[in-house]
Amino acid sequence: MAYYDSLFNGLGLRVWCDAEPGSANVSMASLLAKTNPDTANTGPVFPFPSMDELYQACSSFPQSRDFTAAVETGFLNIKDVLKSVLDPLTQPLSWLLEFALFSFLTTPWWIIIPLILWLVWYVCRSVNIVAFVTLSFVFLGFIDHLDAALQTLAIITVCTGICILFGVPIGIAMAKSNPLERALIPLLDLLQTLPTFVYLIPLIFLFSVTEPKLYGIAIIVYAIVPVIRLTNLGIRLVDQDVVEAVNAFGMSPKQKLLGVEIPLAMPNIMAGVNQTIMMSLAMVVIASLVSAPGLGVLVLRGIRNLELGVGLIAGLGIVLLAVILDRVSKAAIARVSSGQTYR
Amino acid sequence: MAQAPKIQIRNLYKIFGSDPASALEQVKAGMGKDELLAKTGHVLGLENISIDIREGAITVVMGLSGSGKSTLIRHINRLIEPTDGQVLIDGEDALLLGTEALREKRRTGMSMVFQKFALLPHRSVLDNAALALEVRGISQSERHKEAYVWLDRVGLGGYENHYPHQLSGGMQQRVGLARALTSNSDIMLMDEAFSALDPLIRSDMQKLLLELHVELKKTIVFITHDLDEALRLADHLVILKDGAVIQQGEPQSILTTPTDPYIEAFVSDINRARVLRVRSVMTPLNQEITYAGDVGPDDTLESLITLSDGNTSYNFRVVEGEIPIGQIDMKDLVKALVPRVSAAEHQPL
Repeated sequence: MAYYDSLFNGLGLRVWCDAEPGSANVSMASLLAKTNPDTANTGPVFPFPSMDELYQACSSFPQSRDFTAAVETGFLNIKDVLKSVLDPLTQPLSWLLEFALFSFLTTPWWIIIPLILWLVWYVCRSVNIVAFVTLSFVFLGFIDHLDAALQTLAIITVCTGICILFGVPIGIAMAKSNPLERALIPLLDLLQTLPTFVYLIPLIFLFSVTEPKLYGIAIIVYAIVPVIRLTNLGIRLVDQDVVEAVNAFGMSPKQKLLGVEIPLAMPNIMAGVNQTIMMSLAMVVIASLVSAPGLGVLVLRGIRNLELGVGLIAGLGIVLLAVILDRVSKAAIARVSSGQTYR
Repeated sequence: MAQAPKIQIRNLYKIFGSDPASALEQVKAGMGKDELLAKTGHVLGLENISIDIREGAITVVMGLSGSGKSTLIRHINRLIEPTDGQVLIDGEDALLLGTEALREKRRTGMSMVFQKFALLPHRSVLDNAALALEVRGISQSERHKEAYVWLDRVGLGGYENHYPHQLSGGMQQRVGLARALTSNSDIMLMDEAFSALDPLIRSDMQKLLLELHVELKKTIVFITHDLDEALRLADHLVILKDGAVIQQGEPQSILTTPTDPYIEAFVSDINRARVLRVRSVMTPLNQEITYAGDVGPDDTLESLITLSDGNTSYNFRVVEGEIPIGQIDMKDLVKALVPRVSAAEHQPL
């Protein structure tokens, strides 16, 4: 009947195959085959031995839909344990995000905007950039997008802060230990290449969609990679002659790390931070699918309701934010690096 | 001379590779460097090195690149761990020091000057010079005071607030020297310290080092590949080749009696008149000769040639202080200028 019948017969598994006929799910193809017996054997001459194909020859063999179902039940089985561990661990993230969103929105605009401008000035000391940021915020405020932009900014601030808090020490540990580097690099590669939507699927099962930590985790997991990578690289690229010299003068590992390695790796670390900020911004838009507030919600509304203007203007707001964050962090890198050009 | 050496290196071996212990046995059984590399893939860095480094003297280790001299100096402060052997500092085995004790030794007992300067690019010249004191945890005002003194001493007064990249190579190495001096340690390790500098600046730095040495009497281990530099600075000269000591001793004696063709080839290229001193060429006093004048035992032969105006018939009396200690015949002097290797090839007519 089916192409692989002879295989199971040859292996003497026929008895096992027919042991519990019909207990598995019935596929559309087999239903069609039953109603239309003439077309049953008109498939390819030599079909690929896939699970479904083998199932046709042997009804005890699992179908491919059983495979995805197994993954799902597997995840659902560990879900409760995972949730009981992760929920309390990540609760501070929810609080932090709620607090940031609350304080960005409740602070009057005439306090929060000057505060941001002062911060920009403090970080990059450039009149041009401060002027650009001022104009951008005036524009966003004028078209009533200020609140959404501030929400996006609040989420990015919290997530980037946490990425730096965890990413820099992980990067340093990686630079100090070759086995750790070998172990982490495939993981970082995986995090960077997984399609962004795929992060969201297990997270939706784990946490309630109303909790901010759901999108917080998605953003952090996605955006932490560059700061880890570039911290690792930066520490490894510190001039070995200098490291040898400070060793010769008896510096302790702590003195060396704080006084030499981190300062010399700073341009690279800052480049990682810049990348992390940009990736948070990219993810915060996608995270609006799981209730992240901000400009992303407006973009989503544009797509869902085909409101062209709403989507485009929100998109423009995101571009403005991206340019601001990029320019400010790059100016900060330039300031850090300027003291270090040597040779 | 009678006092115990400041640093004693005893039967030191260094083998680079995955299994140095078994390679060591083969080396001790007599396997050579090339054979070891071909058979086991291990590199013989240092082979049975024994050197006494006298307190308050400049010991120069000379060799071509790849001879293991930089590896050797890094064994003294254990930037490199030996495969076998002993390094005694003040009679105490430095290889037995624990991490903390070793760090303490590096902080207070020795300082180092590097070929590539290795200054901290993100710190001012002043902070760089104060590094050793900072590591020891001395307050900023105190360490800056000390750093000011030494920066001024090496001729960098006024550059304290510059950054290393704003200085020329020679000035950067002066900072490196000031950094080592500020640590105020007895031992100074200098790894090809002047090799990256222009000849004129190098000569200035050698002069500065000699002046400082007269003043401070530190124990200096100096690594170089330049024989002229080695002869100018050395109280004790060690010549390394392929990781082994082939001759060591007083530089003048190495120059006049090289024991190895490798050293002969080395010494044949230098300006002997400028390096050789009267003491190495003089003969015992012979009262029957009349002298054209008195000279000191540490005058160079070059200065005698100038003094005699090229006349080889003169004899000079060698006087140390007020006491005559020997004489020198200008004919002997001229012969001493010709390297032994060529003297052997061309028999006198």
